Amino acid sequence: MQRKSIGNILLLLLTLCVACMWAFPLYWAAVTSMKPEQEVVTKTTFIPDVFNFSAYYFALFETNLATWYVNSLVTSITVTAVVILISVMCAYALSQIVFPGRRLLYGIILASFMVPSQALVVSQFVLMYRFGLINTWGGIILPQLIVPVVVIVYKQFFDSVPKELREAAKLDGCGDFQILFRLYLPLNWGITTALAIITYIMAWNAFLWPFLVTNSEEMMTVTVGITQVDDAFGVKYARDMAVAILAAMPVALAYLLFQKRVTQALMLSSGIKG
Amino acid sequence: MTSERRSKTLTAVLMITPFVLTYLTVFAYPVYKMFALSFTNAPLIGEGEWIGFDNYLKLLNQKLFFTSVWNTGYFVVLTVIPNTLIGLGLALMVVRLKGWLQSLILVLFFLPYILPVSVVTQIWEWVLDQQFGIAQHVIEFVTGRRISVFRDPLWAMPMVALVTIWWTNGFNLLLFIAGLRNIPADYYEAAMLDGATRWQCFKRITWPLIWPVTALVLTLQLILQLKIFDQVYLMTEGGPFNSTYVLLQLVYREAFRLNHGGIGSAVAVFLFLIIVTVSVLQYQLLRVRGR
Repeated sequence: MQRKSIGNILLLLLTLCVACMWAFPLYWAAVTSMKPEQEVVTKTTFIPDVFNFSAYYFALFETNLATWYVNSLVTSITVTAVVILISVMCAYALSQIVFPGRRLLYGIILASFMVPSQALVVSQFVLMYRFGLINTWGGIILPQLIVPVVVIVYKQFFDSVPKELREAAKLDGCGDFQILFRLYLPLNWGITTALAIITYIMAWNAFLWPFLVTNSEEMMTVTVGITQVDDAFGVKYARDMAVAILAAMPVALAYLLFQKRVTQALMLSSGIKG
Repeated sequence: MTSERRSKTLTAVLMITPFVLTYLTVFAYPVYKMFALSFTNAPLIGEGEWIGFDNYLKLLNQKLFFTSVWNTGYFVVLTVIPNTLIGLGLALMVVRLKGWLQSLILVLFFLPYILPVSVVTQIWEWVLDQQFGIAQHVIEFVTGRRISVFRDPLWAMPMVALVTIWWTNGFNLLLFIAGLRNIPADYYEAAMLDGATRWQCFKRITWPLIWPVTALVLTLQLILQLKIFDQVYLMTEGGPFNSTYVLLQLVYREAFRLNHGGIGSAVAVFLFLIIVTVSVLQYQLLRVRGR
């Protein structure tokens, strides 16, 4: 027994070491962002001699970061809202209403799961060009609106709601839209939160599509925009780290506040395949 | 009865219309268009003529195409299995912890996963910076010199893979932790009573019982890593000497840089077919397992 507990302590120490190493780049980025540029390149200090926030000041007021923030917020919140709304309605119909073509539609949505959206960028770009949506919020948003997995997860949850509930609501004279928005959606509020947060994080983090569809700096999202800072102002380490941290803040906060929901959403969306 | 059915159908149609219309416009049509474009000599914007399989033949005569296929494969080899095993290893460590300590450690491992790719690459470009990067101390210790890792053909791809593993491992970790928690504790207790060692426990209980999760993670990783582009583009732009040029970047180059919408689409079709094939195989594999 003695030997076991020493083993356990060693294992705990090893775990802590690995975790610290894993998180070190994040710590290093944060520390660097709070140093004066001079200190960054002259010595290796793990805690800054003086805390200096000029890098943040520069990032916020001298670059286009504020504009990119607005673009990212508008596009990712819109994507989230629309994805949830159109998916939840479609899933409700698939789950609760018998209509011709229902199995076919569900089959198609399941199959779409396999299509890599990255392969579609050329034809999506051509389409957005036809719509006149290059360099617009609409152009960034539209191709991100189809997330088959959200429909699939909702359908599974609606399938498991007891049938009596819907029948009782029907007897009380409720239409299907009312049943969905007054009954089914509130019942599954947890899963809606989870799906919404993960959709928001994915939309905020989207790189390839926003990168292709925007070429003027004023229309870029944060994820794309921050790669332009070096080109515009040259390499400055503290400033780059401040920009990176500010860019990550909205998703990092969303995760830290809703950890359980993020985990739940990731499990559900991969569990489907299993 | 018929009128009730009709009103049901009408409600259903109303409910699915927004999704179906969006689906047809921004998803189904682009899939069709991708195939259609790949048989034409169209520029990115504008009409082209039907040229049959010429684009595909052109690709077969293009060295960069084979380089991209090779590099994509190389990247897959460097990431898929290591990322899965590291995920399992970390999960085995984290799952033994209790309470707030476990939550804290889990956050440390998982946080990189939710960061935007450009934030990840900026952080690592700084960490690995040839002049001032803190990781250069390690590199110098091991190799005896400082290396500009993203400008060295030998180092570039493994380093991109390393950054990718750091970035995406949190997801694998989560799946493995969930899998490990599903293994009943009695199994271990019984084995311990019989005097089994830790290694025996792992080999006889954990590994076989976690295998379904391992298979899932492996296949998810395979599909994900085939689509590599963002990290490579941001850290090396495919260089040095095309040593990190990957398939999706060839799509980008042909379509958006050289204005060859047709050839770009042909590469996209190639990638599309590979990923759909892998996905179908995965689906079959997991379904067989499920039975």
